[in-house]
Amino acid sequence: MVSGPPLAFLLVFFAAPTLIMVLASFRSPGEFGGLAPLVDASGRIDLNVDGYARLVTEPVFAQVFVKSAGYAALTTLVCLLLAYPLATLIARSAKKHRDLLLLLVILPFWSNFLIRIYAWMIILGPNAALARLVNRALAAFGADPVPLLFSAFAVLVCLVYVSLPFMVLPLYANLEKHDRTLLDAAQDLGANAWQRFWRITFPLSLPGVYAGAALVFIPALGVFAIPDILGGPDDTLIGNLIKQQFLETRDWPFGSVLSIVLTAAALALAGGAAWVARRSGGASRA
Amino acid sequence: MRKSGPWLWASALVAYAFLYVPLAIVVVYSFNDSRLNAEWVGFTLDWYRKLAGDGAMIAAAGNSLVIGISASVVSTVLGTMAGVAMHRYRLRVLPLLILAPIAIPEILTGVSLLIFFVMLNVTLGLVSVAIAHITFCIGFVAIVVRARLAGMDETLTEAARDCGASPWNAFRYVTLPLITPGVIAGALMAFTLSIDDFVITFFTAGAGTITLPLQIYSMIKISVTPEVNAVSTLLMLLTLVLIVTAARISPTLLRSTQESTS
Amino acid sequence: MALLDIKGVTRRFGEFTAVDNVSLSVEAGEFFTLLGPSGCGKTTLLRMIAGFDLPDAGSVLLDGEDLAHRPPEARPVRTVFQSYALFPHMTVEGNVAFPLQMAKVPPRDRPQRIAAALEDVRLTGYDKRFPHELSGGQKQRVAVARALVTHPAVLLLDEPLAALDAKLREELQIELINLQKEVGIAFVYVTHDQTEALALSHRIAVMNHGRVEQLDVPSRIYGFPNSRFVADFIGQCNLYSGQVVARDGTIVAIDVPSLGPVRVATRSEPALGSSGTIALRPEQIRIAAGAPADAPGNHYRGTVADLLYMGDVTVYKVETSGGSRIEALLANSQGSGAKFFEVGDQVEMSWPVDAGHFIAE
Repeated sequence: MVSGPPLAFLLVFFAAPTLIMVLASFRSPGEFGGLAPLVDASGRIDLNVDGYARLVTEPVFAQVFVKSAGYAALTTLVCLLLAYPLATLIARSAKKHRDLLLLLVILPFWSNFLIRIYAWMIILGPNAALARLVNRALAAFGADPVPLLFSAFAVLVCLVYVSLPFMVLPLYANLEKHDRTLLDAAQDLGANAWQRFWRITFPLSLPGVYAGAALVFIPALGVFAIPDILGGPDDTLIGNLIKQQFLETRDWPFGSVLSIVLTAAALALAGGAAWVARRSGGASRA
Repeated sequence: MRKSGPWLWASALVAYAFLYVPLAIVVVYSFNDSRLNAEWVGFTLDWYRKLAGDGAMIAAAGNSLVIGISASVVSTVLGTMAGVAMHRYRLRVLPLLILAPIAIPEILTGVSLLIFFVMLNVTLGLVSVAIAHITFCIGFVAIVVRARLAGMDETLTEAARDCGASPWNAFRYVTLPLITPGVIAGALMAFTLSIDDFVITFFTAGAGTITLPLQIYSMIKISVTPEVNAVSTLLMLLTLVLIVTAARISPTLLRSTQESTS
Repeated sequence: MALLDIKGVTRRFGEFTAVDNVSLSVEAGEFFTLLGPSGCGKTTLLRMIAGFDLPDAGSVLLDGEDLAHRPPEARPVRTVFQSYALFPHMTVEGNVAFPLQMAKVPPRDRPQRIAAALEDVRLTGYDKRFPHELSGGQKQRVAVARALVTHPAVLLLDEPLAALDAKLREELQIELINLQKEVGIAFVYVTHDQTEALALSHRIAVMNHGRVEQLDVPSRIYGFPNSRFVADFIGQCNLYSGQVVARDGTIVAIDVPSLGPVRVATRSEPALGSSGTIALRPEQIRIAAGAPADAPGNHYRGTVADLLYMGDVTVYKVETSGGSRIEALLANSQGSGAKFFEVGDQVEMSWPVDAGHFIAE
């Protein structure tokens, strides 16, 4: 059967590691980091829920989760605001232009992730034009200079930057299928431009909005490189915590706990998005 | 076609500018005769010269190439098989396994493979990274191949069998030639994804193996020089060439990259 | 023994019965047509002959052999698909060569057979072209050539002319008739177009709701439809239903509400009081301004309510005093093409008792 080899590969290198990670979340940290042996010195199987307990009892972790969710939500919102006009424009343009316009939206996605982060390091750098401009303006009002880099602002801007294509594409895919004559009919019945958008276009575009939101929110939830490079000490998100646990603190069980919770959240959201998409799939074809 | 007002055009232009100006700045400053990426001083190719002489960078590039090619080849073969299987049969497990690595944040795949390799006492190195890359590249190739199959006229396989072809011959002489552009495009995509990957590589590379993105990362964290701009520009150029080639070979590539929501 | 035997074939899809206990046979060298509206089961039946579907009951026999255990590629039956299904990545030559390649015909024998097939469909010289470079009519011919190159026992054609415009369709219909005569292979043709079926076929099976309503030669299907459905589906038809009120030898009188008694000659012997329908073709009706001198059979007065001018003929829809509608066809004036009657004219309709066909219910 042709599905055999890929299935085997993924079972071994994806499903198994995931299950192992679940198991690891119940184990104890090793003396020098990593994992303690499954069977301890006295021959008992060493499994516990210490990691999970810590998550619940120490508030700092809940705070990090909330902060991550907040960053992700804000990113999604800004992406939506930026992407909607763009997607609309592409959907309205002539067929022969569309592929090019879409390609232009997707191309930045294909450039190296780090390069995109690095670019914002340059733009937001203390000596760069933007920072100097902002600080000069602030100074004019008597306020203290604000560092643009290594801040929540930098993290968010970059998050939006890398996520934008993922909001544009599903939105475009949805908008392009809209029946133009519906808007003509609405206009004929007396609706102005805003009403036409809010009462007709936007509701019909919701499946695209949900799809885009899922594609932006879920990766943003687990992001680690951006806050690691552009963020300040206050911008530790789940991704950074996980990295810390695995590579610095070397408390692998706890790192696994964090990862499992993040995975569960991601899968739940992905599943939810798929369910919503299936339910409203029929309505968009009305 | 409804006419788009000036506000729409303006905001769209702003969005495109937002997407490209940062990259343009990286490129422009790679030619800047100044250590600081602050303002333009003068034109120079010094940073590229430095790059050519940077042994560590070249070694990293070599690693990335090796991993990229092997990951691309394997994931293309497996991904094509998966794409064909998903198109032909109503499968439950395979689509989930194929798409999950793409749906969940990369850090999770990276971390779980780290534990996995260490537990099996596998030394982290080129192989572990390649395997990690294959895991998420399979999904992309499968999506592209499946989209290509979906766009193919089903009656062609029937016509082939009507002409006396066994199911295997029908696949070999009719289906395969028609999806080959999609397969090649998928291979190019997989190569690009592998070369560019940072997060998963970060966790599965171990101490001794440096790929290009990892090298860039340490340069960014430790000492930023426009050498980073230079290597970034070259990398972007490579990616551009690969993706445009892939898009030309298989025009449905664009639509299939929209298929990430399954 | 017939070449192709369909015996009691049934095919169901869930609750829906697509083909319902159909039995028919196709003779060697015959142009046989399955005619019916969409959903009547004709394409499903065709697919079962080709092997893309298997019957739930009954069997498909070729030369006496049950084809059930033979997959499509092992049956000496070729199909011309509605969408032509030409392989886009192969030239015309490549397409026509494909069945030869699959049948493992030695490469040196192939060029000659390909050339012969292309000559049969009048496409000599097109072998290096690609399908996207061909017109619809040319693609259809390549599809036919590809299907005939291995000399199958039966050729199946699934509405092959449906996508072409009227003029081209007529041209290709004539070509198909000639081609079939030349190669002498049995054709099983599927269409919903009754004029096409009447023009092309040796025999027609009219299908409806998965069943064969009537199987006969075209002239009898047209002249002697055995059910309301067939009468209505084939050509234009006036249908008058009522109770049998009198019988005098071979002449039966039916009392049609709002029209009155209508008399028809028939060989069937319906009982008095039973229901029946008279099928009358528009061209069988005489339409004149006043009562004609020789007046046998049926006559009715009426007013022209509507008319359809079609250049060579005009269709008149006449309303009688009782409220019935009679549709008559009259050729227009030879020289000027002018129609003889206008809307509102008082006319007299008549037809002899041997015009029309009686269908018992």
